[in-house]
Amino acid sequence: MPQLPAPVEGTVAENVAYGPGLRGARVDVARLLEHAGLDASFAERRPARLSVGEQQRVMLARALALEPEVLLLDEPTAALDESSRGGVERTLAQLAAEGRASMVLVTHERAQADRLADRVITLSNGRVSG
Amino acid sequence: MTSIDVSLREVALALVLVALAAGVSLWRRAELEKDLGVAVLRSFLQLTAVGYVIQAVFDSDSLWVVVGLLSAMVALGTFTARGRARAVPGALLALGLALSTAAAVTLGLVLALGVFEPEPRYLVPVGGMVIGNAMTAAAVALNRLADEMSSSARQIEAALALGATARQATSGLVTRSLRSAMIPLVDQTKTTGLITFPGIMVGMLLAGADPIDAVRLQLVILWILLGSVALASLIATSLGLRGFFTQAHQLREPPSP
Repeated sequence: MPQLPAPVEGTVAENVAYGPGLRGARVDVARLLEHAGLDASFAERRPARLSVGEQQRVMLARALALEPEVLLLDEPTAALDESSRGGVERTLAQLAAEGRASMVLVTHERAQADRLADRVITLSNGRVSG
Repeated sequence: MTSIDVSLREVALALVLVALAAGVSLWRRAELEKDLGVAVLRSFLQLTAVGYVIQAVFDSDSLWVVVGLLSAMVALGTFTARGRARAVPGALLALGLALSTAAAVTLGLVLALGVFEPEPRYLVPVGGMVIGNAMTAAAVALNRLADEMSSSARQIEAALALGATARQATSGLVTRSLRSAMIPLVDQTKTTGLITFPGIMVGMLLAGADPIDAVRLQLVILWILLGSVALASLIATSLGLRGFFTQAHQLREPPSP
C-alpha cells in the first residue's frame, strides 16, 4: 500500500479487482471494500472523486484482494487528516486482529507504531537503532 | 506527364513576397528580418543541393545508390527525432529500428504490390516522405511516452506491486502515445482536399498533370504514409517502453532530459 493513493485507470471496483484480474481471477469487491471500511456504494465511483482518506481505503482493499500473507504499508496515513487517519488505523487494527495478514508498516510517527504494532524496529541513519 | 521549367529569374521574382514578409516584420517590430534572410538562404542552398543529389541518384539509375540515400535519411531522421525523445532511455535504437522498419516494410510492400516501379524517380521522393512522416510520428510518440511515464510513475509502480508486468502496467499510456502520434496524419487524411491541398497533388497539377492522375497518386501516398506512421509509432513505443524498466519489470529512474 503506497504512501499516497495511486489508483489505476477505472472505477473503484476495477481498482480493487485489478491484481487478481491480471491472473484472470475474480473477487468479491463489496466484501473487500467492507474490510477496508468502505460500503459497496463506492464500487462504481471514480477514485479521483473520493477524498484522500477514502482513496487510501480503496488502495487497502486493492492490496487485500490479492490475499497477501504479508501486507507492506508505506506510511499509509501520512497524507490523511486526523479523523481519516483514525479510521484507517482502526481498519488495520481489525485486519491484524482477524489474522488476515501480517503487516509491515513504515511510519514516522512513533505513537502510531506503538498503537498498531506488536514489534517496533527503529531505523536511524539507515541502521537499526532499537 | 509534361514537365515544367522554372527559370532562376522566376524563382528570384518570388522573393518579392519575402520582401513583403520582411516589411511586415519591420513595421510590426517582430524582429524576424534576420531569420527571414537566413531562412531564404538556407532553403535555397539546401534545396539546390538536394536537387543535385537527387539528379545524380536519378542519373545513376542504381537501386544501391537509392538504398544508400534512404539509409542516410533514416540516420538523419533518427538523430533529429531523438532530440524530442531525450527522456526515453535507449531512444536512439528504438527510433533507428522504427524508422528503418517503417521505410523497408512500406516501400517493400508498395513494390511487391506493384504500386510503383522499382525506379529511383519513385523510390527517392516516396521514401523521403515515408521516412519524414515516420520520424515526426515516432518523435511525438516517444515524447508523449516520456511525459506519461513521468506523470504516471506512482500508478505504474502500484500496478507493478500488484503483479502487473511492465506492459500491463503501461498499456493505457502506450495506447495514448500511439494515438497522439497517429492522429495528426489521420486528421490530415480526413480533411485532405477540403482544407488543404496536399503537396504532391499541387506539384503534379502545377506540372500539368491530369487532375485525376494527381488525385490517385496523392491517395496512394497518403495511404502509404498512414501505414508507415502506424508502424513507426508502434515500434518506437514498444521498444522505447523497454528502456524504462529493468529485466525484472522494475521501473527505472528516468534520466533527466
